[in-house]
Amino acid sequence: MTDLAPELGVEASQRRPRRWHIFVFLAPAVFIYTAVMILPLFETLRQSLFNVVDGEHVFVGFSNFATLFGDPRWAADFWNALGNNFVFFLIHMMVQNPIGVALAALLSLPGLRFAAFYRTAFFLPTLLSFVIVGFIWKLILSPIWGVSPWLMDLVGLKALFAPWLGRSGSALIAVSLVSVWQFIGIPMMLIYAALLSIPEEVIEAAEIDGITGWGQFFKIKLPLVLPAIGIISILTFVGNFNAFDLVYTMQGALAGPDKATDILGTFLYRTFFGFQLQLGDQSMGATIATIMFLIILTGVCIYLFGIQRRIRRYQF
Amino acid sequence: MYRTTLQGALLASSILAGIGAAAAADVTLNIESWRNDDLQIWQEKIIPAFEAKNPGIKITFSPSAPTEYNAALNAKLDAGSAGDLVACRPFDTSLQLFDKGKLEDLTALAGMKNFSEVAKAAWTTDDGAKTFCVPMASVIHGFIYNKEALEKVGAEVPKTVDQFFAVLDKLKADGTYIPLAMGTKDMWEAATMGYQNIGPTYWKGEEGRKALIAGTQKLTDEPWVEPYRVLAKWAPYLGDGFEAQTYPDSQNLFTLGRAAIYPAGSWEISLFNTAGLKLGAFPPPVAKDGDTCYISDHNDIAMGLNAASAHKEEAKVFLEWVASAEFASIYANALPGFFSLNSTAVDMTDPLAKEFVSWRESCKPTIRSTYQILSRGTPNLENETWAESANVINGTDTPEVAAKKLQDGLDSWYKPAK
Repeated sequence: MTDLAPELGVEASQRRPRRWHIFVFLAPAVFIYTAVMILPLFETLRQSLFNVVDGEHVFVGFSNFATLFGDPRWAADFWNALGNNFVFFLIHMMVQNPIGVALAALLSLPGLRFAAFYRTAFFLPTLLSFVIVGFIWKLILSPIWGVSPWLMDLVGLKALFAPWLGRSGSALIAVSLVSVWQFIGIPMMLIYAALLSIPEEVIEAAEIDGITGWGQFFKIKLPLVLPAIGIISILTFVGNFNAFDLVYTMQGALAGPDKATDILGTFLYRTFFGFQLQLGDQSMGATIATIMFLIILTGVCIYLFGIQRRIRRYQF
Repeated sequence: MYRTTLQGALLASSILAGIGAAAAADVTLNIESWRNDDLQIWQEKIIPAFEAKNPGIKITFSPSAPTEYNAALNAKLDAGSAGDLVACRPFDTSLQLFDKGKLEDLTALAGMKNFSEVAKAAWTTDDGAKTFCVPMASVIHGFIYNKEALEKVGAEVPKTVDQFFAVLDKLKADGTYIPLAMGTKDMWEAATMGYQNIGPTYWKGEEGRKALIAGTQKLTDEPWVEPYRVLAKWAPYLGDGFEAQTYPDSQNLFTLGRAAIYPAGSWEISLFNTAGLKLGAFPPPVAKDGDTCYISDHNDIAMGLNAASAHKEEAKVFLEWVASAEFASIYANALPGFFSLNSTAVDMTDPLAKEFVSWRESCKPTIRSTYQILSRGTPNLENETWAESANVINGTDTPEVAAKKLQDGLDSWYKPAK
């Protein structure tokens, strides 16, 4: 018996030679991905269990997490950032994605003139750097030099203008909408591609059955692009909970006014790297990063197991 | 073939050795700094002046970007590749380096006697026993005003708080100029140019600052809340939409001649001088005419010695020179607005800078209240002060609530020695 197994193994490998080229071709990607993504991720998770006590780097178990959730100040900052992050995400879901779908539906209308121009124009902001977008919008919304007070004056709405970025009530909404403006191209392009891939026969069959216009969009096209909308939602979720750059460029690392625009990304940045006189705290920073990772992981899991499995796919 | 190669190698090595010997005669000292704006001044004025007097010592000034300096310096010091001399940030950033043994103790340096205790405070251990950097320059807070604006509304330069608000009222009624050029968007303007500017008058400068560190005064006490009440009254005199006005916006409003009074730090002087306006300056107004005035004369930059330097003796020669009146005079004149901390009075040519520095004679200087010791923990008092100062002006928090929040934050980690 003992001799049999290796023989079998030899036989098996003779039948199906090991395809080394697979490993060889995968190796660079695996190696790079491990070095720049997986190792840092595990290092961050490990770091969150350590802290500096009396100048020594020691294992402290979950006490960093206890501080983050137990200490009233840390907890207040964390829940504020998390709450703002949810608002940020909800605004994207409610504004960016429906408008993206609508734009895609309009663009896919047959016979639309200048479709290529609109497509490029809507997608262009996505290609711009955060720094440029943040800077442009800061100027547009500036009460001193901005064009928005002047434009609103032209239509007699000057009274409605306010220094939105400086007020705690409106700053987060303003920043979210700027982000929506920047990223509207992504849902638009994905939905546009999905809409184009709907076969003519299905549309024709619907027309023969008398379903046209709005009815056709909601009853035929929308169900067919639902998987794409699902993907967009999860991309938005991951993107929003990792967001940092736009808030940082528009509102600074303190995410003012009064932490009204503080999201998890800026909270992590301030904690990990420090700011001005505040020295960086790598352990607490890693703790926040771990929580962010868990939040995103949970969200993605809910989507994968809860939603994606139920989405019906149609084969044509 | 082999022989020629060997000979060549020998020849080359002897030449190299010769060069090495020649270089050994001249010691080159490297200076690390975040002031890359000053590169020209160092190369054209400061270094030639030193090298002329000290043959055999060469100086290279190699600055890095301000935002990267702290991290870059830490990495270089750890790797042993840092320059012989390092520019020191005030307080904890440098103290931390000294505690880690990266900076040499300079208490025994003869030139140290040229500096007052306050001047050295930013680079001295908590117990005051050891000083590790030679103070170079400080910045002073006050108000810079547009002379034409005040003439137009017929206002005098204000001395008291009441006069200050009377001038603002006149400017507002006239309407040509925005009375005060300040915004709350970047928050630090409200804290640094607002609270830390007018505050020392109320908490009596060093007296209040030390009492706060000792724990005998609290941020909720009257001298610390009153400046917030005054600050809250500034709001109506700021420009439209000041909540979204950034620091560069404020600078531009003032240099374009659209604003009358600018709550300032002296570092603005060289920029404002280029605007071609007739400018004057006044110190933070006092409560009653004749009261002692207090100014924030905040230590900003110093020079320390890398403990791992191979040329400590030469570096100390240079530091002695940095502590001298000659250096003070060159530096202060090349960079108006960065004032020498040297006790010897320095002759300056810039009228605005002269005005600022003259307050040292008549007013008592202090440093920003949040910088020493009190911003070591979490939450960070300086950052909180930024947020609360902006909140008070925006009307988000009342002065009392703001003060209470700051004190609660401080209490959560700071236990003053009783």
